[in-house]
Amino acid sequence: MNKIFPDATAALAGLLHDGMTIMAGGFGLSGIPEKLIAEIKSSGVSGLTVISNNAGIDGAGLGLLLETRQIKKMISSYVGENKLFADLYLKGELELEFNPQGTLAERIRAGGAGIPAFFTKTGVGTLVAEGKETREFDGQTYILERGLAADLAIIHAWKADTEGNLVFRKTARNFNPVMATAGRVTVAEVEHLVPAGQIDPDQIHTPGIFVQRIVHYDHYEKRIEQRTVRKRG
Amino acid sequence: MPWTRDEMAQRAALELKDGFYVNLGIGIPTLVSNYIPSGIIVQLQSENGMLAMGPFPYDGDEDPDLINAGKQTITELPTTSYFDSAQSFGMVRGGHIDLSILGAMQVAENGDLANWMIPGRMVKGMGGAMDLVAGVKRVVVLMEHTAKDEPKLLRRCTLPLTGAGVVDMVITDLGVFQIDRRGSGMTLLELAPEVSLQEIRGKTEADYALGAGLA
Repeated sequence: MNKIFPDATAALAGLLHDGMTIMAGGFGLSGIPEKLIAEIKSSGVSGLTVISNNAGIDGAGLGLLLETRQIKKMISSYVGENKLFADLYLKGELELEFNPQGTLAERIRAGGAGIPAFFTKTGVGTLVAEGKETREFDGQTYILERGLAADLAIIHAWKADTEGNLVFRKTARNFNPVMATAGRVTVAEVEHLVPAGQIDPDQIHTPGIFVQRIVHYDHYEKRIEQRTVRKRG
Repeated sequence: MPWTRDEMAQRAALELKDGFYVNLGIGIPTLVSNYIPSGIIVQLQSENGMLAMGPFPYDGDEDPDLINAGKQTITELPTTSYFDSAQSFGMVRGGHIDLSILGAMQVAENGDLANWMIPGRMVKGMGGAMDLVAGVKRVVVLMEHTAKDEPKLLRRCTLPLTGAGVVDMVITDLGVFQIDRRGSGMTLLELAPEVSLQEIRGKTEADYALGAGLA
């Protein structure tokens, strides 16, 4: 079966519908699926629930889908970098569910591993625990959190082979590997594409079973949010 | 004279022990990495998926694939490893991180911490803070003693909590407090130079005992 698609339009063809749930990898603007986000914008699909640690910034990343009002609801841990997000939220045009970052990651991991729910200490005694079942284990209180899956996961990897085996680069890895496991369909955009057999099997981060479609682009914008440097000595 | 932000960070750095894995929050806690005592080696964790964070890159060497949890460009070290977000928070929640140093809006004498939300204002989110305070072995708060002259060390937090009974130590510009999470309350351990017991009492709502040497 061929997993390689010629461009983002082809890679997402037949997968998008209004009201769907999409997971998008990335932390800040690092490791975001920028080509696939741009294609979702052009497709005009709307009423989306988007699961992503952050919501991009004004004019980049998921910020693009906020400008076009395609997102109905965000499930995130931190959205502080985005003025448009605040405006839409305060006007009631955008729903928001905050999850602690580790709870979000673990919900996605569980969702991808067929685990419907798990107990965690994170959020006990806070607003996050409201309405959730609690239980004592070994004298400590835990809250029940549900696994999380999506109709579609869009992710960014550094390198893929034609089987869909993926390698990520540095901190651009972040949520991408877990989200790959939790999409009913997972589409990966990659910077390098090689024939199967060209990646050492011991070095593969995400096995190809989790990746249904791959699209390769040579050039990515890769914006930096906080450019911090030191002077050469 | 109250401690400066750098002096607060320097005091917090004394809580580091050789071999520690440490998570530093954004703001004053980030400065702690400038004052790691000589002879002590610690590994800094960045919750977006990195252990052993290096310093900022030289101008021109920035890599958009290499950032810390504050989205700042950083560098790697010979001891660096990368991992995904689920494994990163497995480290945090599984109790593998020795020390978390983070900022706060309010801390209560029972160890409650509030640092993520002011009702009625736009809320940015808790990020990884709730996971860190729930899972890391020891939690040290580094904050200004007051905000617009209002005490931040309280009997009970008035803002929504980040964690209940999670703080072990508070370092402010005026002094150092220890909190017993099991309920025996807060103790003032140290004063900044030329800060009097009377001054710190006047700027603190929380009840506290006086540590050895201060009583």
